[in-house]
Amino acid sequence: MPATIAPTVAGRLAYRRSRHLRERFIEAALLGSALVAVATTLGIVFILLKESIAFFRQVSIVDFFTDPQWTPLFSDPHFGIWVLLSGTLTSSAIALGVAIPVGTVLAIYLSEFAGARTREIAKPILELLAGIPTIVFGYFALFFVTPLLKNFIPGLPGFNLLSAGLVMGVMIVPYISSIGEDAMRAVPMSLREGAYAMGATRLQVALHVVVPAAFSGLAAAYILGISRAVGETMIVAVAAGNQPNLTFNPMDQAATITAYIVQVAKGDLPHGSTGYLTIFAAGLTLFVLTLMFNLLGYWLRRRYREEY
Amino acid sequence: MAIAAGLRQTIARAKRNDVLFVALGVAALLFAACTFVALFIDMVGDGAARLNGDFFTQFASRRAERAGILAAWVGSFVVMLVTALFAVPLGVSAGIYLEEYAPRNRMTALIEININNLAGVPSIVYGLLALGLFVHTFGLGASVLTAGLTLALLILPVVIVATREAIRSVPGAIREAAYALGATRWQMVQHHVLPYSLPGILTGVIIGLSRAIGETAPIVTIGAVSFIAFLPPSPVSSSFPFLNFDWLASPFTAMPIQIFNWTSRPEEAFQANASAAALVLVAMTLLMNALAIWLRYRLRRNLNW
Repeated sequence: MPATIAPTVAGRLAYRRSRHLRERFIEAALLGSALVAVATTLGIVFILLKESIAFFRQVSIVDFFTDPQWTPLFSDPHFGIWVLLSGTLTSSAIALGVAIPVGTVLAIYLSEFAGARTREIAKPILELLAGIPTIVFGYFALFFVTPLLKNFIPGLPGFNLLSAGLVMGVMIVPYISSIGEDAMRAVPMSLREGAYAMGATRLQVALHVVVPAAFSGLAAAYILGISRAVGETMIVAVAAGNQPNLTFNPMDQAATITAYIVQVAKGDLPHGSTGYLTIFAAGLTLFVLTLMFNLLGYWLRRRYREEY
Repeated sequence: MAIAAGLRQTIARAKRNDVLFVALGVAALLFAACTFVALFIDMVGDGAARLNGDFFTQFASRRAERAGILAAWVGSFVVMLVTALFAVPLGVSAGIYLEEYAPRNRMTALIEININNLAGVPSIVYGLLALGLFVHTFGLGASVLTAGLTLALLILPVVIVATREAIRSVPGAIREAAYALGATRWQMVQHHVLPYSLPGILTGVIIGLSRAIGETAPIVTIGAVSFIAFLPPSPVSSSFPFLNFDWLASPFTAMPIQIFNWTSRPEEAFQANASAAALVLVAMTLLMNALAIWLRYRLRRNLNW
């Protein structure tokens, strides 16, 4: 308390009032900062909707979902989002095919089997792997994994969904293993001890007691992984080629929603042209897709949360 | 006897499965570690020869052997400065509000759901937000300021979550002691909670920035150019008023954009440049991550409430 305050009743009351005012002001400023998050969401929804509405004035929404071609910059433009969605879904499926098994095994191993020393080495390595910029992973997919795969698959083109998806899977492994491990470590010891007392082995305890008890956390980890895979941009933009291609074949080259947005934004399209608007329509599709997964994850966590 | 033999067999099988699973776990770990090592060896093999002093002091060039990353690393640095300037105060304030002030009501729930959801929004969507809002509505162009703001929004959830966790780990007794001495809420936060949670917050900020420095998609989307042969104007000048903010409006390039550009070129010489630049970028992010990990381990050791 400052020494200059007059030791009178009026002086103290004035000090109290100013102190109270300052407190209110600070609280309001802090609330304002927290509301930036809400404003960001509103901003995203507003911009995506605004430009997408302009887009759908020019292109029918039925064509958008049924046209089998995506050639927005040609003289005979077609806007079939399924072409881009097929690339997104195929690369994500490959990625999850790697990330879910490896991530789950790692999570179980680190939480239930590994000693403290192993964990202390393994966790930082995984964290560092998660910290590598995705553009570097893209470089790795194009110049290391694709040539490597060509040894096994002779006809593989230089750009393909397979290597992009595989590298994306490796990128997602740390997310799944770390969230999964956290969920499993939160399972109380007494549950494990009960199972051990019945004569279960470690693996039996892990698979029949710990995994079911940590199901909500594990499911949330998978959902986060899916959402990452769908939204991942640079790996596919670098390594999958940018050929819009309605295909579910991992050996093909194809464009994903994200890669298309990057490709168009890299060029110089005039503001407001149909080509410019397509990236917002594509972005809205992506946003809705990831939002659905996020909500599903949120719901799963609440629905299956075990109370101890 | 037959039952006992069968039982023994079951037990033996269960024990064997246990060992098999450990082998599987170690294999998964080795797989992750090997990828990491392969990535490194590949980059060093392709790019180490390009890493010399000139590489850091030359601008990009049409001739691969003369091209450098000067504009890129300076650009990354100034963009990170803007990002930190916005993300740290906003994120820390939001974290403080949610942990220390927020009443349990609809508004708080709304903010929390929003932060959770934002953490899951793909980074390229932030790029679209910036393109529509900062570039075209506010007319900021593809500038350092736009990129910094975009990345600040992107890492805001990371900073908020880290701040909240750090604040939550400060025991309630500290707060009660401050209140008992007549502190107001802000005095309690400012003098007690914040200093204790500072290392945790710092860890979160570093991790957020290390994520931002490697982000390519949002800044490509706002239209950052990859061929820049000048640096942003200096923020300090010798004449009055000594500070200028022209650098905020300057066009820029950044490390990930430079790598992306070099990767998309067909000539092999540029591939070497890309891997050398990637090596520099990975070194930057790894250093930041290692710093954060070290901070956290130190923190865990020193704190016993």
